[in-house]
Amino acid sequence: MYLWSTQQLQALIDLLRARDYDVIGPAVRDDSLHYERIDSLPVGWGDRQDAGHYQLRERADQSRFGYNLGAATWKQFLFPPRETLFRVRDGDFVNCREAPQKMAFLGVRPCELAAIALQDRVFTEDPVEPGYLARRKDLLLIAVNCSQAAPTCFCASTGDGPEVNAELPTDLVLTECEPADPYYLVEALTQRGQDLLEEVGGSQAPASARQTVDRLMDATREQLTRALDTEELPGLLLGALDHPHWDDLAQRCLACGNCTQVCPTCFCSTAEDHTDPITVEVRHNRRWDSCFTQGHSYLTGSVVHRSVRSRYRQWLTHKLASWVAQFGRSGCTGCGRCITWCPVAIDLTVETEALRAAP
Amino acid sequence: MASARLPTLAVFKFASCDGCQLSLLDCEEELLSIAQRLDIVNFPEASRRWEPGPYDIALVEGSITTIEDRQRISVVRKQSRVLVAIGACATAGGIQALRNSANVDAYARSVYPHPEYLSSLASSSPISAHVAVDYELHGCPIDKHQLLAVLLAFVEGRRPPIAQESVCMECKARGHSCVLVQGGEPCLGPITQAGCGALCPAYRRPCYGCFGVKEHARVEALMNHLQAHHGMGDDEVLRSLSTFNAGSELLIRIAERYRRPPPQDSEDS
Ligand code: SF4
Ligand code: SF4
Ligand code: SF4
Ligand code: SF4
Repeated sequence: MYLWSTQQLQALIDLLRARDYDVIGPAVRDDSLHYERIDSLPVGWGDRQDAGHYQLRERADQSRFGYNLGAATWKQFLFPPRETLFRVRDGDFVNCREAPQKMAFLGVRPCELAAIALQDRVFTEDPVEPGYLARRKDLLLIAVNCSQAAPTCFCASTGDGPEVNAELPTDLVLTECEPADPYYLVEALTQRGQDLLEEVGGSQAPASARQTVDRLMDATREQLTRALDTEELPGLLLGALDHPHWDDLAQRCLACGNCTQVCPTCFCSTAEDHTDPITVEVRHNRRWDSCFTQGHSYLTGSVVHRSVRSRYRQWLTHKLASWVAQFGRSGCTGCGRCITWCPVAIDLTVETEALRAAP
Repeated sequence: MASARLPTLAVFKFASCDGCQLSLLDCEEELLSIAQRLDIVNFPEASRRWEPGPYDIALVEGSITTIEDRQRISVVRKQSRVLVAIGACATAGGIQALRNSANVDAYARSVYPHPEYLSSLASSSPISAHVAVDYELHGCPIDKHQLLAVLLAFVEGRRPPIAQESVCMECKARGHSCVLVQGGEPCLGPITQAGCGALCPAYRRPCYGCFGVKEHARVEALMNHLQAHHGMGDDEVLRSLSTFNAGSELLIRIAERYRRPPPQDSEDS
């Protein structure tokens, strides 16, 4: 393990940029924290998150990672919300997927890393999505352990945080210590990460560094107030398809789709053809879809999930139950975004608890 | 152009401000290209040419507010292969549908010196209340990209891509910060149909619903939350539901629940 100063953290960004990487990391825009192309890290920002509520706040320290999660996910860079897949011009197909720009994600949280690993399975196992694969291939991942948790986080329940799972694909793992005047404990998990670590330099971390990380992680675990009881959950949910609580949900849910758009594992999309009015070229465009839209379940002349009740039930039972059969684990990594960004504060942990109770 | 007959396009206007038709004129460069693929036979905003029907595609702007309108729209329908209602007036009665929940005679008397010259229906209604409509484009005004997409899809024999989902879907795709979750602003995005590209949230303003209600709009569920958690009063709810799409049956029905009983003397004045 190495010990870095804030200057060395900046040196990492400079080095990556000099090597032609787009460094994507936290940036403050319009009163929230978004992941964007950056050349330095914002200093002293935190967030207040709760069901249906988000507020950016200034911290009285120098932390670079004092917030919990960006408003939107990293998936926007690997699986963009809008993408032209091919064009047709005068009857000929034109492949318009250019070689992607190399990216480095700086500040990936443990739950987000787990979500990237999940989307890797969705898009790079059979069948392979070539665009995703091309962007993912050279992606450099710099993860950050969580030195604080938001009230919406429940990663301990899903086993994805607050500490980075070293089994997952990541190049470097940072831990921010002493936010008043921060330093970073840095570990490399790949050769590429190791090379970067050596190039940036810094000192060997003291022998007590491991305990420092453990202590911080224990403190974060203490802060995790939300939980999702995953015990026998798939069978339970799939056995509760007629539970009256779905009707209660249908009274509150707006079927707006926000939860799915901010979820780092949701992968649904739809495609449309658009003709350019001037060149008359047809573009086949893919865009994010959601199981909360009517179009999502439109099949030859009719809609399968007509009611809001059945749409919410589709979302929850897929995410927490059928994912397990499909991908070997639940589709939820406990990031809490769907809770924060639901305009009417619907909380899947609370709803799941209600569905556990006998009707 | 070659001698092959181009499909014909006609534009018709009912009670409206012409803003939606102007979206077609606004297309400028694209309009020239459209004109090579469609024969624009009637478009009073742009040309004096006026050809009799039948038409391959009709764009209908405006709501039905008079007996003559009602007769004319059924003629337009009979003459048109595909009828597209464009804008908040044609799809949801428009701002003039505010009278649907009021006393039209009282309005007329307070505005016109000789209300007896007026002859209008008691309500302003969307085109679909009178004839079959093939496609509806929401918005006050409509979005020109959606209009172009519909025309080009028609020329190419495709179903036009008109999403019926919420403005939130576009808002998130564009990476905007959410004015409702962050600022408690009464954003109508979750109940409003996409199409504008989440224009207002892009400028940190709450959506006021000019694109009308989306399919399965949960108006009351949103209002319940805004009232309970963001301090919205009955008057504000009523006002937010009574704008450009005031003739929407759903909005009228829900608005009634927030309306206070009218003062006794509302008949005279
Ligand atoms: S379901 Fe909700 S908490 Fe779970 S990963 Fe998706 S957004 Fe995060
Ligand atoms: S759960 Fe919330 S965010 Fe998701 S569709 Fe329903 S209202 Fe929208
Ligand atoms: S700002 Fe409005 S439109 Fe955008 S996500 Fe929030 S509620 Fe939806
Ligand atoms: S955000 Fe809402 S009010 Fe603004 S243009 Fe779009 S639909 Fe109209």
